[in-house]
Amino acid sequence: MDNESIKSQVLEILPSATFDETGEWLNILIESKSWKTFAHQLRSPAGLNFDYLFCVTSVDWKTHFTMVYHLTSTAHRTSIVVKAKLDRENPEIETVSDIWRTAEFHEREVYDLFGVKFLHHPDLRRLFLTDDWVGYPLRKDYDDPINMIKL
Amino acid sequence: MYTTTEILEQKIQVAPTGELQDTGDLVINIGPQHPATHGVLHLVITLDGETVKKIEPHLGYIHRSIEKMCESLSYRQFIYSTSRMDYLSAHINNHACAMCVEKGLQIEVPRRAMVIRVLMDELTRIASHELWWGAMAMDLGAFTPFFHAFREREKITDIMEESCGARLTMNYIVPGGVMNDIHPDFQQKIKEFITQFKSKIYEYDEMVTGNIIFQNRTKGVGRISKEDAISYGCSGPVARASGVRSDIRKLYPYEVYNEVEFDEILETAGDSFARYMVRVREMHQSISIIEQLIDNIPEGDFQAKTKAVLKLPKGEFYTRVETARGELGVYIISEGGTTPYRIKFRSPGFSNLSALEHMAKGGKLGDLMATMGTLDLVIPDIDR
Repeated sequence: MDNESIKSQVLEILPSATFDETGEWLNILIESKSWKTFAHQLRSPAGLNFDYLFCVTSVDWKTHFTMVYHLTSTAHRTSIVVKAKLDRENPEIETVSDIWRTAEFHEREVYDLFGVKFLHHPDLRRLFLTDDWVGYPLRKDYDDPINMIKL
Repeated sequence: MYTTTEILEQKIQVAPTGELQDTGDLVINIGPQHPATHGVLHLVITLDGETVKKIEPHLGYIHRSIEKMCESLSYRQFIYSTSRMDYLSAHINNHACAMCVEKGLQIEVPRRAMVIRVLMDELTRIASHELWWGAMAMDLGAFTPFFHAFREREKITDIMEESCGARLTMNYIVPGGVMNDIHPDFQQKIKEFITQFKSKIYEYDEMVTGNIIFQNRTKGVGRISKEDAISYGCSGPVARASGVRSDIRKLYPYEVYNEVEFDEILETAGDSFARYMVRVREMHQSISIIEQLIDNIPEGDFQAKTKAVLKLPKGEFYTRVETARGELGVYIISEGGTTPYRIKFRSPGFSNLSALEHMAKGGKLGDLMATMGTLDLVIPDIDR
């Protein structure tokens, strides 16, 4: 399945999606509120069948967050990247842990290190850091004068 | 979603007190200091008698926030911290990072370096599987295999030491090629190792694989279906034991992997024994790759000429490699500076661990050891 056919199928599902083809894989930029329904359709075996979510992360752009989901279809052997922009003051997005089970741990990691809240996540707690940790270390404005290595 | 108070309340409920709860469930802790977890993994297990009802991994005992550290390290420096993630696949971690930087800078790696890299990767894979094999047998109560595994593994670390100067955290693969040329004895030593390995490998099957106690303890234990393995993001031997084609060396070949002949080992049972067999058979494939390449190391430079200070162009770069444990992804976001703006390591152990509860739920506590052993967890790789 090439990028053009993915694009046309994505536009049928989600007309508001935009694309960025500068990278290695097709980037699909969406609005965070449409993520859950879009994810359901990406996963649907009859459609695009992206069944393998191999990387979930977030990026702090100082003005906003970007959630980045890397997906592969094990049947078609194609990969895409889905990106959703989040508000920095109140970052929240629907969980997809019920669609791809691996997301449960990955989303806990992002919550732990970025403070992104995943709505309807079954067990949203800190994963690596202690529960009384203050702040979210991977945010760009996080500062720890004792433990951080700066060169 | 929970508020802070709710989180705290929930923590109190599952707190590792070891008290009998009203339901008759028993909550026990395995780790963070426990021989079977091979590191500082802490599992809170809810038991109904001997049956596992719930497993909750508590991570972070060796979390060093390598991703945050890398944001202030240059593209030459950050590779050193990745040897400390999956320390049994240090070469392959370095390899993934070097390839990601090379992708950004479009550096052409000399062929000699590519072959050396693949040889080192496969030696690492054998060394890692050897250690896993010994430790796995030890988890199930057999102590002797550990010494047999280390007999062969020691040869590999000796070979590594000669060329790289280190036995564990090699930092040998750098952007552009390898740090320095191989030792003059490299080829000779590897050939000796292969001869020894081939003359001794039958002992592995005699001691463990064919052992009826071992088979009874692993067959049908910790089963995961193909669909679930994909959904949980499993990769490496764990996924291949369930029949998922996931070998990055085959699916997305890098370096010279498309020129060598080897099989992607697939099993269908998806249980602990299948995962065991995948790794044992993979060692034979790695030997075969090494044999094909050892006499064909081309002459030439071992490192491409690169600038002293590397600056990646603005953009995003992702590379994936097959470590001994599965798919390692390195995701660099560059803003054009000398340090990465954001770096993410997609570690194989992290996703494989998330499937542990699914595998072990409903089984017996004793079987959990077999399941955990065949997941081949390296905790610094999970915590990063």
